[in-house]
Amino acid sequence: MTPHSPNGIVGRGVTAGASLFRDWFDRLTAAGHANHPTAYVFVMGSLAELLRVFDFELSFPEINSLQTAVRRVAHEYLNEAEDYGYSPDICGYVKADVAVQLRKGAHPMGTLPPPSLAVATNACNTYVKWAEIWERLYHIPVFTLDVPGTRRAGGQTWPGNPDFSADCAYVAAQLQELIALCEHVTDKHFDIDRLREVLGHANAMTAAWRRVIALNRHEPAVFGALTDGTVYLGVANGLRGTPEGRRYFDDLVEEMEHKAAHGLGTIDAEKHRLVFVGVPCYPIFRRFNEMFSEWGGVFVNSTYLWFASGGADLGFEYDLSRPLESLAEGVLISVRHAMDSMFHQDRAIAEILEPFHVDGVVYHPIKSCRTVSTGLADSRRALMARTDIPSLFIESDMMDKRVVSEAQLKNRIDAFFEGLDSRNARRV
Amino acid sequence: MAYAAGVDVGSTQTKAVIVDAHGAVVGRALIDTGANVVVAAENAYVQALADAHIQEEEVGYVVGTGYGRYRVTFGNTQVTEISCHGRGAVHLFPGTRTVVDMGGQDTKAIRIAPTGEIVDFCMNDKCAAGTGRFLGAVASALDIPLQDLGGIALQSEKPVKITTTCTVFAESEVLSWLGRGKKVEDILLGIHRSMVSRSVGLMRRVGIEREVTFTGGVTRNIGMVRGLNEALGFEVNVSSEAHFMGAIGAALFALDHIVGNRESSDFRVKNSDLRARSI
Repeated sequence: MTPHSPNGIVGRGVTAGASLFRDWFDRLTAAGHANHPTAYVFVMGSLAELLRVFDFELSFPEINSLQTAVRRVAHEYLNEAEDYGYSPDICGYVKADVAVQLRKGAHPMGTLPPPSLAVATNACNTYVKWAEIWERLYHIPVFTLDVPGTRRAGGQTWPGNPDFSADCAYVAAQLQELIALCEHVTDKHFDIDRLREVLGHANAMTAAWRRVIALNRHEPAVFGALTDGTVYLGVANGLRGTPEGRRYFDDLVEEMEHKAAHGLGTIDAEKHRLVFVGVPCYPIFRRFNEMFSEWGGVFVNSTYLWFASGGADLGFEYDLSRPLESLAEGVLISVRHAMDSMFHQDRAIAEILEPFHVDGVVYHPIKSCRTVSTGLADSRRALMARTDIPSLFIESDMMDKRVVSEAQLKNRIDAFFEGLDSRNARRV
Repeated sequence: MAYAAGVDVGSTQTKAVIVDAHGAVVGRALIDTGANVVVAAENAYVQALADAHIQEEEVGYVVGTGYGRYRVTFGNTQVTEISCHGRGAVHLFPGTRTVVDMGGQDTKAIRIAPTGEIVDFCMNDKCAAGTGRFLGAVASALDIPLQDLGGIALQSEKPVKITTTCTVFAESEVLSWLGRGKKVEDILLGIHRSMVSRSVGLMRRVGIEREVTFTGGVTRNIGMVRGLNEALGFEVNVSSEAHFMGAIGAALFALDHIVGNRESSDFRVKNSDLRARSI
């Protein structure tokens, strides 16, 4: 317990998050043993709010896969999927999940149950084809929600616009189809009051998520967006709409406010405040961050916290007086935001540079994921044309250590910081 | 102690340079790196001291650079070769806005602000395609001394069109063209043009702005120099010290520490286990 840590408040978010993760995977293991319905869902558009009404256990294959990388066994799973016939060019998350299925759910965190239902959205091109793998393996129903995206650059529809109403009606009609499917799979009737309850928890978590991210405007930053933020993100996704998730985020806001009030940062000497663009390098998760923190670099925000939270950072809160319609609106706005926060990043990043006191932006395209990586070089160029913020472009992967070259990364990162130091020295 | 030193431990060769208090190069050494990086750094440094006719005690600060920079155990600190090549290029050619460095396993493009600050850089990806190593593989496949490649290439009248710069496939590429009856000089010019195209592509990613300064060991290849000039439509700066540019930049950063220039005095020693020691 630190001097500024009454009741061990500092660091609570990470330890409690890890504990909740263990409990979650234990529940998944138990669900498999008890033949309890489990839904496979994705972080962008999980529809967790609706699925919880039917008491599905939720399994997030993206999170399951990244856990194999963090626990340094991803290569075993990737090799197994490649031996099975998947190309090295296929998404590493998909391949690790395929190997989990081939191993009958065997995973470093427990035994993952097979799906009773899979829910995908069009937020990622791969989601749709990934869900088809489970459909073929398990002969389960797959529900694909088609979220109307941005029609053209800057052409989003918003409340008050007739197109927005049409888009919402389109999503709402699909949700009705999903409800019927869930009733069929679980043999339970839809309970709108239960949905209202779940949405209330989700609202509280969304508000807290937005508050936590905003608190990182403080200097020093109250959390590392790349490290701590990923733990918070896991809880935000995995326990969305639950009382446990809500309590966790209430506590997290308290911790972050405490740190902000007492000037408590994440490293001893915060020197450079950075924004991370892309997906973390999970195979060397801790070391990757160290290569920045050794120079006093702290990630104060990350596009990962935007799109991988399903767009929850935008802060849409459901209207509990009309839960289904509001859920359709929320899904439309948030999932669309998750997609757009990948495709119009230069604008979004430019907007946070000043409030978060950012010194540099780090772009990290990855081999595995074209959805998040395509166009990053152009996006960076657009940001450079818009501002004079220094930026770094480094490539590796989220899963596959074979394409992670630590020496090459370090060389570029060191040069980036040398440039930042030189720039700051000249300004002095 | 009026002298400063830079030691650039590259993948193929190790370079050491001694500069005086005015930044003028007074001693240099170039040796093959080999398997023992620590010994290579020490040997290059000792030879550079001898070349400068000074004693080790007269050197006030040593900066290591290159991939083996953390193995310069007698060094005071480390700076990446990206910063060092930029610094060295601006020192020798103050009008430099773009640097293209071609070394043993790296090709890098660096954009420099009018202040001398590095604005952007990019490097070849995680393979040695299009680097000096590729030329080495071609020289080996053709059994021609590396230093002769450029001159022979310039004798070509009908260069073949080669698009690959893969070091691994260099030998099979060369043999396939020989098998089709192509002349050695035509194959070599095709290879040089392929490498030029790749390095210009890297430069475009950071933005090509004149003056362009060419650095690194590949500057000794006249075919590459001519090729770059033709592709860019103007002459690139090439110094007789171009091979030593990383070490010169490192020595200039070392000099900053002696004279108290703030530009690099904020660079920290990243490896706390390293302690400057006498050799």
